[in-house]
Amino acid sequence: MRAWLRQHRLALAAAVRKWLAQRAAALLNALALGVALALPAGGYALLEGLHGLSTRSAIDPQLSVFMRTDVGPEAAQRLAARLRSDPRVHRVRLITRADALDSLRGTSGLADVVAALGSNPLPDTLVVSVAASGDGMLDQLAAELGKAPGVAQAQVDALWARRLAALERVGRLALLLVAGILAVGLVAIAFNTIRLQILTLREEIEVSKLIGATDAFIQRPFLYLGLLQGLSGAVIALVLVWAGLALLNTEIVGLARSYGSSFRLGYLSAGEGIALAVVAGGLGWFGAYMSVSKYLREIEPK
Amino acid sequence: MISFSSVSKRFPGGKEALHRLSFGVEDGELLFITGHSGAGKSTLLRLIAAIERPTSGTVLVNGQNVGALKRTAIPYLRRNLGMVFQDQKLLYDRSVYDNVMLPLAFSDHPPREAARRVRAALDKVGLLERERANPIQLSGGEQQRLAIARAVVNRPSILIADEPTANLDVDSAGHILEIFVAFNRVGVSVLLATHDLGLVERYGTRVLRLADGRLLDESGSA
Repeated sequence: MRAWLRQHRLALAAAVRKWLAQRAAALLNALALGVALALPAGGYALLEGLHGLSTRSAIDPQLSVFMRTDVGPEAAQRLAARLRSDPRVHRVRLITRADALDSLRGTSGLADVVAALGSNPLPDTLVVSVAASGDGMLDQLAAELGKAPGVAQAQVDALWARRLAALERVGRLALLLVAGILAVGLVAIAFNTIRLQILTLREEIEVSKLIGATDAFIQRPFLYLGLLQGLSGAVIALVLVWAGLALLNTEIVGLARSYGSSFRLGYLSAGEGIALAVVAGGLGWFGAYMSVSKYLREIEPK
Repeated sequence: MISFSSVSKRFPGGKEALHRLSFGVEDGELLFITGHSGAGKSTLLRLIAAIERPTSGTVLVNGQNVGALKRTAIPYLRRNLGMVFQDQKLLYDRSVYDNVMLPLAFSDHPPREAARRVRAALDKVGLLERERANPIQLSGGEQQRLAIARAVVNRPSILIADEPTANLDVDSAGHILEIFVAFNRVGVSVLLATHDLGLVERYGTRVLRLADGRLLDESGSA
């Protein structure tokens, strides 16, 4: 066990030495990997932000029910009473056509327009808050109310939020595709850089093999090197994503405030950062493994 | 200890390097293998270390069929063999000391024990004062002695050397041979390939003569 630990410590030390020996190349490599990782990581952070937006507005889903103008106010009151006893409904607010016209008249600049209208063109309106969320239920209720007597139209107000959610699903899928492609790219980068490392250390590998080194012993420092490259890429990606989000937030906070919202894009959590590092390190390790195994097979005598 | 029975080796491309070779090496023996270049001496030694595999026949080393060893078992075979290569295969990016340390790096010796062994091996070949030097600074004879130190640092029971005296003057060559004889005297089996018959005759030990991959005859004490 102690011997095993020593072997790993020595291999890690050798990997760090090799890595530091070519600072410029290692840094450029880490940058390449970092950019490749920052794309999906940043995309993920943006989508998470949008997700917050679409769920937040769907917390309080509403239906607007417009009555026909040719029925009397009793129809709206009857429907309101019926809805108040419906367990799916949280709250019902009745806005009579007279109230609506009053509030329109109160809106500056529209008083003259209202005066010009001979009769009141506005319908009685019920604003229905639904108790529990769930898109299916909301749609079903809207369909039911659309057919209720005296109702002209029932409209789901959270439509834009649902469109955003659908858009978000498309974004998520695209992100998954990009992440998959870039993961392959990352393995390829690790494969190639480790191959270059191997070629500069060809003599040492060949001699070690001839005098009794196991393949595992020869592979070990290269696997650590691949791991280090992946991790350094992850660190750079996290810095890039953090900087990008911080920059976006300087504008978004102002924009959101103009809508009376305190919305801002969230940064990646510690757990997400660690997950990114684990995945990147794993991919680097895998690329290194493929590279060094291939080389060891090549120099194996037939 | 080592036994060849009806061993042939044909390389891709059709050239037959060894043809139905049979011989044995006893424990603690000193055996010379001679023949002109291309006679198959190197191939014979490479078969013992499983650097090549025989096309037919069996090579036994300490009872193990070397030609049929699994890839993963080969490193352990090689750790029990000391190999001195024709081209020495020294590493010029590190010191004399670190060259000898290389075989110990992967065979799990505590650091203090490893350092002791490296110094002991360097001492035996007379290079202890040069341990900080780079191999490139050494003379041809010293480089050959360094290769021997690396071969014996793991205390192998068999020592194999391919043309260890090639390109050396007579004095240096004699000195190198003396080192091998000294190891043989303490019980190590030594197989030594050389085309220098003059050197061989001095020792009067068993000699294997190869020509075109065939065993011509054996001479000497055995």
